[in-house]
Amino acid sequence: MNTQISPAAEVPPGRFGAYGGRYLPETLMAAIEELEQAYAEAGADPAFQAELAGLLKDYAGRPTPLYLATRLTRQLGGAKIYLKREDLLHTGAHKINNCLGQGLLARRMGKRRIIAETGAGQHGVATATVCALFGMECVVYMGSEDMARQELNVYRMRMLGAEVRAVDAGSRTLKDAISEAMRDWVTNVRTTHYLLGSVLGAHPYPAMVRDFHRVIGQEARRQILERESRLPTAVLACVGGGSNAIGIFYDFIPDAQGDARVRLIGVEAGGRGAALGSHAARFQGGSPGVLQGAYSYVLQDDAGQIAATHSVSAGLDYASVGPEHAALHDSGRAEYVAATDREALEAALRLARTEGIVPALESAHAVAECIRLAPRLSPEDILLVNLSGRGDKDMGILARELQLGGG
Amino acid sequence: MPIAFQNAEGLKPGLVIYLTVGDQGLKTTRDVALAALDAGADVLELGVPFSDPVADGPVIQRASQRALAAGTRLEDVLALAGELRRLRPRCGLVIFSYLNPLLRYGMERFCERAEECGVDGVLATDLPVEEAGPHLELLRRRRLKPIFLAAPTSTDARLRAIAEVSEGFVYAISRTAITGVRRELASDARGLVERLRRVTGLPIAVGFGVSLPEHVAALAEFADAAVIGSAIVSLIESSTPESAPVCVAEFLRGLRTLPHPAGTACGSGRP
Repeated sequence: MNTQISPAAEVPPGRFGAYGGRYLPETLMAAIEELEQAYAEAGADPAFQAELAGLLKDYAGRPTPLYLATRLTRQLGGAKIYLKREDLLHTGAHKINNCLGQGLLARRMGKRRIIAETGAGQHGVATATVCALFGMECVVYMGSEDMARQELNVYRMRMLGAEVRAVDAGSRTLKDAISEAMRDWVTNVRTTHYLLGSVLGAHPYPAMVRDFHRVIGQEARRQILERESRLPTAVLACVGGGSNAIGIFYDFIPDAQGDARVRLIGVEAGGRGAALGSHAARFQGGSPGVLQGAYSYVLQDDAGQIAATHSVSAGLDYASVGPEHAALHDSGRAEYVAATDREALEAALRLARTEGIVPALESAHAVAECIRLAPRLSPEDILLVNLSGRGDKDMGILARELQLGGG
Repeated sequence: MPIAFQNAEGLKPGLVIYLTVGDQGLKTTRDVALAALDAGADVLELGVPFSDPVADGPVIQRASQRALAAGTRLEDVLALAGELRRLRPRCGLVIFSYLNPLLRYGMERFCERAEECGVDGVLATDLPVEEAGPHLELLRRRRLKPIFLAAPTSTDARLRAIAEVSEGFVYAISRTAITGVRRELASDARGLVERLRRVTGLPIAVGFGVSLPEHVAALAEFADAAVIGSAIVSLIESSTPESAPVCVAEFLRGLRTLPHPAGTACGSGRP
């Protein structure tokens, strides 16, 4: 281990400003040190990078297109709207970027058993896919509430050979699935890699998962410069844990000066309203705290108990947020707003009817903010929206909420 | 108070008892705590219930949910510590919590109140040594002993760092597992204790999965104390508030004498 263990260290590892860190039970600390070391070595290994790049291109389908949404742009009568089409990736969302990276890393560490949590099921499907590809055992923890609302993805994971374990604790959603995956990891830490699906948890996960998704922003920045010869006015992405958002934001962070300043706008789940328990907007109603390994904004009560959350979108329905987003929020480099369930549903319908693209309900939150913002801007402005996933998995909810039934 | 594992009867090993405070009501916790001390417990770990206990198995998860549903707050845990300190001046009292409730209460304010209430030590499950720096200072200023977990997976470098900052005792986790009762005592335990002995002169308590007289007898050979958690919490779950203190006392008396008494109205606490 090259990690310095010093309680007196002024800057503990993996901090984003005040946020992040490594708040884990001792049993997991050696494994997290091993992971940090393996990731550092892999990052410096051209063979690892080449294999990952090859898989991202030939297996996952990168680069993804940057699409000018002309009808939506005309309809809204303001800024020009571009969609970064992560929904076109293999498995239907950006999640595969990270799963391929961590899958290769697990193989490198000699761990043949993979566990993961999933909310909407997109990370679970991507994990099950990579495990099938690499011939690894795969166990996915999923809240029973989420299994009911994202049933199609449960079948996809099983089709791919994964075992999906229902979690009945707490609110039966993403937070509880993460807790259960952590308990599995504590128990099986010597043989198992925890393939965490967002920029959450203890260091090095937030930085590592960001690095694996950074390709989104690298491509998008290059593509928009090719098309428009200038940077966008704003980049928009939904934020649950925040992996697709940090992925597309990251290479635009330095574009912070003067006329070329690129606004970074994260869209959280506004749910049914502003009351604690009715939403998952951590930057609206949350405060700094420690949950599941990291110090970040957390929805909690005045005794430090984690609050219940609600969103129509299972992937955004989580009480904390990636620590790097907390730092971007506090520094003012990124802005965080919320879209309600209803706004997201209407945005999904509108994108389907104007562009023939059915977005995931998560991504529909970013589309909703784009719909709100575009008419206030001029045709000279450009909005870049990360369309992080497709909506096939949400057809049951969309059918019910938008009354798509016959008769 | 120093934390000592020297009970009046000279029984080995010492016993550390974990209780989720507020499970079946604060009065039950108080009554069980007193009964446990009178039955030979040396140290009480007063567990602060938390909504998302990632290191705990189903037994303590359920107890935490019951305690939270009953409205238990950190302030209640501290007040109970104060009451126990008045009633039993010599016992060891440790606050056992996840970090977030302490952060929310305010670490400085928590340390101040804990000292007032006669608390000896503080263990935060999800606070490893490298994140403890700023909190250690606050704890020591209030003469509270920082207690840390050591795991079979901890490297020797980690054990040294843990030994360096620990006071009172080191809590050795017997196995790579979440909390819960187990039939076998893990073979990991002895090796970990031996590795710890090389880096610390502090007493070593072994917990996680310790629930049977055989486990306790085995631990007496190489550890200073046994930590009993889920077995006690499980007994409380299967008892009424009225019977819980008697059942826990009976269970504890049986732990340091083989074989375990059978055929009573109480649950066995067995896996």
